[in-house]
Amino acid sequence: MSWDWSIIWQYLPRLLDGALLTLELVAISGLIGIALAVPLALLRVSPNPWVRALPFAYIFFFRGTPLLVQIFLIYYGASQFEAVKQSVLWNLLSEPYWCAIIAFSMNTAAYSAELIRGAIQAIPRGEIEAAEALGMSKPLQVRRIVLPRAFGIVLPAYGNELILMLKGSSLASTITLLDLTGMARTIIARTYTPLEIFFAAGMIYLLISACFIGGFRLLERRLNRYQHYRHHIAHEMTEVDPRLQD
Amino acid sequence: MSQAQTALELVDIHKSYGELEVLKGISLQARDGDVISILGSSGSGKSTLLRCINLLERPNAGQIRVAGEELVLKKAKDGALDAASRRQLEQMRARIGFVFQSFNLWPHKTILDNIIEAPIQVLGQSRQQAVARAQELLARVGLEDKAKAYPGNLSGGQQQRVAIARALAMDPQVLLFDEPTSALDPELVNEVLAVIRSLAEEGRTMLIVTHEMRFARDVSSQVVFLHQGQIEEMGPPEQLFGNPRSQRVRDFMSSHLS
Repeated sequence: MSWDWSIIWQYLPRLLDGALLTLELVAISGLIGIALAVPLALLRVSPNPWVRALPFAYIFFFRGTPLLVQIFLIYYGASQFEAVKQSVLWNLLSEPYWCAIIAFSMNTAAYSAELIRGAIQAIPRGEIEAAEALGMSKPLQVRRIVLPRAFGIVLPAYGNELILMLKGSSLASTITLLDLTGMARTIIARTYTPLEIFFAAGMIYLLISACFIGGFRLLERRLNRYQHYRHHIAHEMTEVDPRLQD
Repeated sequence: MSQAQTALELVDIHKSYGELEVLKGISLQARDGDVISILGSSGSGKSTLLRCINLLERPNAGQIRVAGEELVLKKAKDGALDAASRRQLEQMRARIGFVFQSFNLWPHKTILDNIIEAPIQVLGQSRQQAVARAQELLARVGLEDKAKAYPGNLSGGQQQRVAIARALAMDPQVLLFDEPTSALDPELVNEVLAVIRSLAEEGRTMLIVTHEMRFARDVSSQVVFLHQGQIEEMGPPEQLFGNPRSQRVRDFMSSHLS
């Protein structure tokens, strides 16, 4: 076996182009996904079973089928309907880029909605009662108490979901997109150096994951500072206040 | 005292959980400045009664009036009563302060933000106004240096004092205390009782569910003793603590006031 570093250096700029598209897909889908997930999660905790049924069906479908199948359904399936091809939607659905965005967004929305639902239900009941007792309306409670609190709780799990989505985004390569994986496959088709190029691609994925993990750790420290703060202050107080030392 | 307005009036409040009837028709009046302690053994319905007043618990029957205004109730599908107008309920709740046994501060907000949240969002006060008032109240409960701390940094007694400040920030007409010291370590009980005592002295209208007998005897203008969802005896503290008519109250007092 011969290992050729130069092939990696030679194609690194192309791989980085691919990585950029990967990041773009993850970022856009992640944002749309969250925007969909919040209302889905709120419907999911409704006391009304009919209201709960809709997000339940949605989540059941998107969690229960492979992402690849969802991508294919949108990319190959949509064009089977003449009505779709005549509509303005076709501007989006005829482009693999947007098909991937739609599939990823809807998929991550389902997973994120479940995470947010769990976080909402983990908020101690008394905290909501306190808001009730102060005369806060339901929308106000959601905006000021429930969602901020749920985001703090959901953050570690959501970081995990984002990494799963990053890796899932490699499926974009199956519908002709030149994301990191797609680019790697294209290069290999030309150079016949699968080991070097897939190794390089893997390293780039690893690097992106590491950045996500680090970023989320920072965000968590900031958003959930009230939890870390306690040790910090307790420590500080014993240093400053001699009364607390005995 | 006879000229004082009626701050809170409960008429024939019933509450059942399924087959179990926990409140069997309770009527109660608090005039302005009244401090009413609600006593009784656990399971007598004390907390449920208090929670029915601002509909944290929905009664099955009865009427609730705050400063003469009746909360309009309607039957819900499950048979319990619900506010006919969510808006009226919210406005009424804003006028009724509620202090919970477990404090229920929002842990992700600072002490200051806990206190100014509802005055700004519900009463529409300016931030500046709300902060000034919050600092006043924090000083009042002896925690002026804790504005920037988080609830998790405070002891239970301190958290409960913040919870009282949070309720006071709404300038409520009536304050309800649901066993405010029951979740506290014994050495922290007094700092909370001292705050409630000072509120009583300044003439606040309050209903207090408590197990602190001496405290109830000292601060109350009226004492209500509940037994199995009914008022067993009601009267001034001298009567209930000194010379109760009911044998049950007598037994309860002698076992709790030793």
